[in-house]
Amino acid sequence: MGTVVTLDIRDRDLPEAAVDEAIAWFHEVDATFSTYRPESEISRISRGELSPRECSAEVHEVLGLCAEVTRRSRGCFDIQLGGRLDPSGLVKGWSVQRAAEMLQASGARNFFIGAGGDIVTRGVPAGQQRWRVGIRHPEIGDRVAAVLEAGDLAVATSGAYERGEHIVDPRTGRAPVGLLSMTVAGPSLTYADAFATAAFVMGEAGLAWVAGIDGYDALAITGDRRMAWTPGMETRLSGPTPPPR
Amino acid sequence: MPSAMPIRPVATLAATAIGVVLLFAFRTPQAPPPATAVTTPATSPSSNPTPTPTPSGAPPSAGSSSTPAAATPTPTPAASGLKSGTFTGQTYSDQYGNLQVQVVISGGRITDVKLLQYPQNEPQSSFISSRALPLLREEVLQAQSAKIDAISGATFTSENYAASVQSALDLARA
Repeated sequence: MGTVVTLDIRDRDLPEAAVDEAIAWFHEVDATFSTYRPESEISRISRGELSPRECSAEVHEVLGLCAEVTRRSRGCFDIQLGGRLDPSGLVKGWSVQRAAEMLQASGARNFFIGAGGDIVTRGVPAGQQRWRVGIRHPEIGDRVAAVLEAGDLAVATSGAYERGEHIVDPRTGRAPVGLLSMTVAGPSLTYADAFATAAFVMGEAGLAWVAGIDGYDALAITGDRRMAWTPGMETRLSGPTPPPR
Repeated sequence: MPSAMPIRPVATLAATAIGVVLLFAFRTPQAPPPATAVTTPATSPSSNPTPTPTPSGAPPSAGSSSTPAAATPTPTPAASGLKSGTFTGQTYSDQYGNLQVQVVISGGRITDVKLLQYPQNEPQSSFISSRALPLLREEVLQAQSAKIDAISGATFTSENYAASVQSALDLARA
């Protein structure tokens, strides 16, 4: 997937084999889903060499999830662009979500997994503390614009950063205008990742769309440098919110 | 249908992905490090001035020619578990180039971070680096109190920076 995956596990007694299993999973996902690997299942389907009926259970599941988000977002999320198949807008979140479930099944309770800025948190970092997830400042790459406090949560951000993913509005074929970034938080990173992509395409209207989905909240940073969020996000935001200027 | 969305102007909080790394190093049950520990870059005790990119984006010098007096290893680690000294992190690479840092620890705290290598081989990369990396250096020092565990929407370069800092801290704890 061309991204860095961070596993931060605070349980001291977790067997190392559990971590190895999660890492092997990410390599497997990359081999199966990478659009940069000509031999991946996704590339073969994209070239018409493999029918979706013949593909692995994982690819089948992902394609089904993508179709669901395409439907729910009324076409603001689409993995078929320019004749190519690219489910990257959901695969990263899905793979991290699955890795989190694997770690939990192995007994991990307190950890986070981050992949290219998409994050799943579980339990606590230490003692009574909560995980603190910064939302990257869209223009100053190494600062955060807001902080979310999280227990068991998934957080994904889509944006038009100076480098990294380039999101296209499937309805126009052009880059969406209006927002610098869109962050979605909720129970599953599979959906949070894809919803963030779709809501970024929708612009500020994406906030209302996410607010209507049970369990999910969103925060947008607009082109005119405002931050706007869904009412449910208020309780997740940490500390003093920035003073008006 | 939701009511009107709350709207606030964007402000910048001083925290980075580097906080991830540093929090591992500094989250200890002991008391906070001594009050004499230096916490801001402005008052860094480093005796050799930290290299700073020129406005043209030229790279900082490697900073390996001299070692500040504060870097003399001490026999016992401080409360943070970090030995005083100068520790060179591993080099991490992405498509933009290599990144490697050197961390100076004194009194159990990071007092300086030098960039030994950073991406500068492409015009675009050079522009990004000259703007972003000095900020990173400042942030790694501030992150000791930033309390950020993870960043949503991070970049490759900051990940590499964090990784190189972490590898230097691992040496300091060894």
